[in-house]
Amino acid sequence: MSDHAIEHDYHLVEPSPWPFLSGVAALVWGLGMVVFFAGLHPRSAENPNGMMEFFFSRGMDMYGADKVSNGGWFFLILGLLLAAGVMIGWWRDVIKEGDSGDHTPVVQIGLRYGMIMFLMQEVMFFVAWFWMFFEFGLFHEVRASWNPDVLESAAAYADGFGVNAGGHAITTINAWDLPLINTLILLLSGTTLTWAHHAFVKNDRKSATFALGLTVMLGLAFIYVQAVEYIEAYGHRMTETNWLDSNIYGSTFFLATGFHGFHVIIGVIFLFVMWLRMMRGGMTQERHFGLEAAAWYWHFVDVIWLFLFVFVYIVFALN
Amino acid sequence: MSDHKPKFFTRWLFSTNHKDIGTLYLGFAIISGLLGGYLSFLMRLELMEPGIQYFSNPHDFAMFASMHGLIMIFFLVMPAVIGGFGNWFVPLMIGAPDMAFPRMNNLSFWLLPVALICSVISMFVPGTTSGNGFAGGWVMYPPLATSGHPGPAFDFVIIGLLAAGFSSIFGAINFITTIFNMRAPGMTIHKMPLMAWSVLVTSWLLLLSLPVLAAALIMLFTDRTVGTGFFDPAMGGDPLMFQHLFWFFGHPEVYIMILPAFGIISHIVSTFSRKPIFGYLGMAYAMVAIGVVGFVVWAHHMYTVGMDVDLKAYFLAATLIIAIPTGIKIFSWLATMWGGSIRMTIPMMWAQAFIFLFVIGGVTGVYLANAGLDTAVHDTYYVVAHFHYVLSMGAVFGIFAGFTYWFGKMSGYLYNKWLAAAHFWFFFIGVNLVFFPQHFLGMQGMPRRIVDYPDEFAYWNYVSSIGAIVTLVGVAFFLIWLVEAFIVKRKAPDNYWGEGANTLEWTLSSPPPFHQYEVLPKIK
Repeated sequence: MSDHAIEHDYHLVEPSPWPFLSGVAALVWGLGMVVFFAGLHPRSAENPNGMMEFFFSRGMDMYGADKVSNGGWFFLILGLLLAAGVMIGWWRDVIKEGDSGDHTPVVQIGLRYGMIMFLMQEVMFFVAWFWMFFEFGLFHEVRASWNPDVLESAAAYADGFGVNAGGHAITTINAWDLPLINTLILLLSGTTLTWAHHAFVKNDRKSATFALGLTVMLGLAFIYVQAVEYIEAYGHRMTETNWLDSNIYGSTFFLATGFHGFHVIIGVIFLFVMWLRMMRGGMTQERHFGLEAAAWYWHFVDVIWLFLFVFVYIVFALN
Repeated sequence: MSDHKPKFFTRWLFSTNHKDIGTLYLGFAIISGLLGGYLSFLMRLELMEPGIQYFSNPHDFAMFASMHGLIMIFFLVMPAVIGGFGNWFVPLMIGAPDMAFPRMNNLSFWLLPVALICSVISMFVPGTTSGNGFAGGWVMYPPLATSGHPGPAFDFVIIGLLAAGFSSIFGAINFITTIFNMRAPGMTIHKMPLMAWSVLVTSWLLLLSLPVLAAALIMLFTDRTVGTGFFDPAMGGDPLMFQHLFWFFGHPEVYIMILPAFGIISHIVSTFSRKPIFGYLGMAYAMVAIGVVGFVVWAHHMYTVGMDVDLKAYFLAATLIIAIPTGIKIFSWLATMWGGSIRMTIPMMWAQAFIFLFVIGGVTGVYLANAGLDTAVHDTYYVVAHFHYVLSMGAVFGIFAGFTYWFGKMSGYLYNKWLAAAHFWFFFIGVNLVFFPQHFLGMQGMPRRIVDYPDEFAYWNYVSSIGAIVTLVGVAFFLIWLVEAFIVKRKAPDNYWGEGANTLEWTLSSPPPFHQYEVLPKIK
């Protein structure tokens, strides 16, 4: 296809439908987010089962007190499926291009830069959640003392981080129970991942595949334990009035650990794809940046968890 | 592959070519700019006289003001300076055949129409009981953005901004990788054109600040929909924390919008003075300094929230420090022109106007940085005048300067300079007429975002609205010269600015080949 010689090693990508389709998926997903969480078309008493009511009433209500069955989840699921399809197609193209030799050394350096910066923005994302946590954990009383005139009860607000609106100390999850197990699981998965990487570099594919498979299993175990913890937490929510979700600690707890859990799921998928590639004989001893990127990502998820475990679980409970 | 262009739909929907994607960005920015300009024009028309003329209720006016801000920032300035000129000229200037991640580049673009569609939808779905759309200002402070707007309108805004945020994050990763990894042989980082420097610094700001905005938006979203209490004092949260998170993003955002304009202006001033830019390294590191310090000054937007006085003193001092690198830039531009062989071409006119008007906006910024003074004029038209001088006349003049400078290079055609001059003069007089009187209004105490005002503010509001009509004529001339250039098709030579335009893009044809630099240029 080239008229004359291209004398550089950069990768000029052919036109690709995936970015445009990503936009379509993002639009459907965005509509789905609004419909599912906020709802666009409230159910009217006259026609509770019309088309609009079904698809555009708030999907969350299925889980609320009134438990209305509706299709408010439809666009969200459709958007997620579209996004998943796009990702499969897109990364399949990337793997093909990598295998066909488009990823020259200079392109690989670029991929490394890209992954490092992706992780940097991930770090900043978690900085925001920890900022909220530390702000309320450390400076709650200070802030109350600045504004005694605008707070109805500065004293009650001052110790509000561990106390809910009713003035009762909240019950939290025991850090030395499931969270400790999860910490050990994640740390262990870090070692099996390093095992897989070293084995792969020494061209010992068999133990590399085994160790990477083990890492994926440990990641799944982490997700399972976290799910058990969340289900347990949800049960307490129903029975205990001073449960942790009744104040700001619970908000930071669920969102910070929730987003971490979400990243673990992504990391497990990432590692699993690398495992599949290994099983099929993909990647080489010299060129396996996908595996390294997955490892970087996994270690990032690991470090975030350690911060969560130490501060959100242990230090808060000590207070 | 050299000039083998794909067919129409493949070329524009599935593009992986930095120049085509840059063109898409610029087209998108023009459309958004017209939309945002339409909103502001209606606001100015309403404010021409005291009393409520055109709007049915104050909510709609506040909604127009909010959407005008969001659209102009996220869908005009950022796509134009970073997506448009960044995409077009960073690879050309550093001697790279394309961006590092061409496909992701297109993803960055296609998330923007998604974001704009979400924002436009939000204007037509319920916001509050008094009307459609989100009317809480572009800053989206809770509780107005949480319990104040129970309808789904603001949820659409959140989703739209998340999409725009991802777009910019991917763009930032792409630019940094391209600049670090794809410079032509011999082009060390200290020989890199200032446009590339400005986009590099901007990209770092985007990369490190946008995730914080994303988290803040998600907190708003969960506060609104699933009952978290981040910004709800009843649950121990604090609405003030949103302001901290928002401005931790919002202040770097200000520099994100203006730094690429700095880069553009540097090239134009140097070209039309026929001199290399004065103090190249100082110029580059002044931008780095602005970027770094820009991260630690955010609470100067929050002087009136009841912050501790020590904090105010810190943020005041830190903010004033930014005037130093900014001064370095202004004086270096002046020193570049000093003794130069100056040609007053259209882009040079925009650049001169930029320097002059940006200094005005910058100086009012120095006033506003003082916590004591800001307490008096906070949320008045003085602030509106200040940030429109740096945006509507800084960033937008930078965009027009770059557009008139590179139009021939991008399209291959030359524009009619009389039409372009009419565009400049109407626009220049118009925006000054709009915004200069707003300083007086602010000093008199007229608050922002209001639909009606006491008669004592009538005079300067009338003048300001006349300015909006003059600006509209300027915008019309812009569209006219744009269309005229494409109809008449005067061929642009490779280097139509002649001596002085010596960055790498001028060594290529106009427009450049579909894939340039198949043999990489060597920099001595």
